[in-house]
Amino acid sequence: MSDREDLERAVKAWEAGVEKSTAKHPERKASFETGSGARVERLYTPLDAAEGGYAENIGLPGEYPYTRGVQSTMYRGRLWTMRQYAGFGTAEESNARYKYLLAQGQTGLSIAFDLPTQIGYDSDHPLAAGEVGKVGVAVDSLADMEVLFSGIPLDKVSTSMTINAPAAVLLAMYVAVAEKQGVSPKSLEGTIQNDILKEYVARGTYIFPPAPSMRLITDVFAYCASDVPNWNTISISGYHIREAGSTASQEVAFTLADGIAYVEAAVKAGLAVDDFGPRLSFFFNAHNDLFEEAAKFRAARRLWARVMRERFGAKNPKSLMLRFHTQTGGSTLTAQQSDNNVARVTLQALAAVLGGTQSLHTNSRDEALALPTEASVRIALRTQQVIAYESGAAETVDPLAGSYYVESLTDRIEAEAVAYMKRIDELGGAVKAIEEGYVQREIQDAAYAYQKQVESGERVVVGLNKFQAEEGRPTGLLRVDPSVGERQSAALAELRARRDASRVKAALRGVDAAARGSANLMPPILEAVRAYATLGEICDAMRAVFGEYRPSAIF
Amino acid sequence: MERKIRVLVAKPGLDGHDRGAKVVARALRDAGMEVIYTGLRQTPEQIVQAAIQEDVDVVAMSILSGAHNHLFPRVTALLAEKGASDVLVVGGGVIPEDDIPFLKEKGVAAVFGPGTPTGTTIDFIKANVKRL
Repeated sequence: MSDREDLERAVKAWEAGVEKSTAKHPERKASFETGSGARVERLYTPLDAAEGGYAENIGLPGEYPYTRGVQSTMYRGRLWTMRQYAGFGTAEESNARYKYLLAQGQTGLSIAFDLPTQIGYDSDHPLAAGEVGKVGVAVDSLADMEVLFSGIPLDKVSTSMTINAPAAVLLAMYVAVAEKQGVSPKSLEGTIQNDILKEYVARGTYIFPPAPSMRLITDVFAYCASDVPNWNTISISGYHIREAGSTASQEVAFTLADGIAYVEAAVKAGLAVDDFGPRLSFFFNAHNDLFEEAAKFRAARRLWARVMRERFGAKNPKSLMLRFHTQTGGSTLTAQQSDNNVARVTLQALAAVLGGTQSLHTNSRDEALALPTEASVRIALRTQQVIAYESGAAETVDPLAGSYYVESLTDRIEAEAVAYMKRIDELGGAVKAIEEGYVQREIQDAAYAYQKQVESGERVVVGLNKFQAEEGRPTGLLRVDPSVGERQSAALAELRARRDASRVKAALRGVDAAARGSANLMPPILEAVRAYATLGEICDAMRAVFGEYRPSAIF
Repeated sequence: MERKIRVLVAKPGLDGHDRGAKVVARALRDAGMEVIYTGLRQTPEQIVQAAIQEDVDVVAMSILSGAHNHLFPRVTALLAEKGASDVLVVGGGVIPEDDIPFLKEKGVAAVFGPGTPTGTTIDFIKANVKRL
């Protein structure tokens, strides 16, 4: 008689006993579910382990398939980077916030740009009216970027920039600022999000159609491989997919499917997978279900390693490692009793740490109401510091490994993601699946199902549909000065008058020529940036050649 | 038989967050209304043009970027200019309570913040639609 058979028999007998007692005293609910709506059993045991053994599925930290983490010592070696996404108003105001965050012990910068910047419009464009400086900092030209990083040595910080459609232009500006500081681009560290596919699906700051957008991305891969070798050239993002309403498994599936599309595009453009693979990075969400979320990160890591090795033949271990940033879940925050959000963020941040994140942003309690105040941002950062220094979660590698439940969740999420990715392959890949609206529909269905569960009370959200309380009107929220738009426009007019107009004109012609041909776009974009051509002018030069993306409105 | 309430769900400005707009659009449809969704990045001019072309009874706008004080009043003013001030205009998204009196003064009948059950929005529209 094997141990397994003994255990099977014992579990069966135990279940029978439990059923007898629950017939009299039922459990709280008829069925139990994870945060993403997957069925949860009463008990997990070694019987729930997937086929294949420990070495094949779990392994050791820093070793294939990286389930337990990409580094051998994880947070015993170095804690994750605490990186709060911030930016608003003008470059001066954001520069002051960054210096404040660095002084509070933050270890990396994360730049939020306003919507006109993210969509490639200058602050004086008619469509920018009312939006300048609202959800991030307004950057119109190299001049703003110089102010944004003034007094912040770029060889000493790593900087993440949430910029997608015009990522090449903002990267060029960052490189140009570094040059002015006397810092070699070769020593720059940081990330541009540069992930257009999830913009089409979930975030909305697209400019160009898919084909030229993919080309811009692979041009950045190639340029950075030679000129900015320590830069993360893309942050393939599930964050916004999850915020749009997806489940945890969909978040993994759609993100890695996008990743596959980028790798395929780069290989097609003639790049070798091990030349650009090590610089790919990822960005995930963390919601409230601690175990499911921690398992999600482990599943994503294992699955990406398998994809890179088996599908693309990557050999360099760094190409196989899924390195990721995490942000806690904005959509989980409630406007009602908003201080409760501190507890949610703590659980989410802990999930990210237990899942082995490389960097982390913790949301502030007031973000369902407005941009966060300085006091709220400080609590959010302190939450990370409490986890890092007081919780014990950072003292050993992958502490949840071996939990029957967490390993089972990890296996399930991977299997569900594989099934979705197979469907996307059948549709012709991520770009096709997005163009046909498949991915968007799947996410919308999940979002609507979630909303209905909240409204029926089936899913409890504390303070929202249970344990409600009368509250006063929230006070002390951050307000962005509405005159930012006028100040930016005035500064732009001044810049246009003072710069060398003929150099700008020639540089923009260079961008136009590169866009029409097949040469890498980065060198002419860099020249245009150095000439103080504006972001809007550079993007317009590309719009004229590439056209603009027009989505269909489905719901 | 009473005709169905026609609603234009619109995303003014550059904001790309449309989970809420799409959930509301579906809920209104499930409540028996005819719903048209504009998609992202609509100017006030485009929204008003669509509202008039589609002969809607309600314009429901969602915005999370903070540009509501600029964009919502443009829509109500343009509707009035086109002789369509009887169209019920409502808004939702991340909108500070302090801004709501201003928006109401500018003709936005109601503002629904984060966490509002879709039933509240549906009931409000049914009770306040002027064109039927």
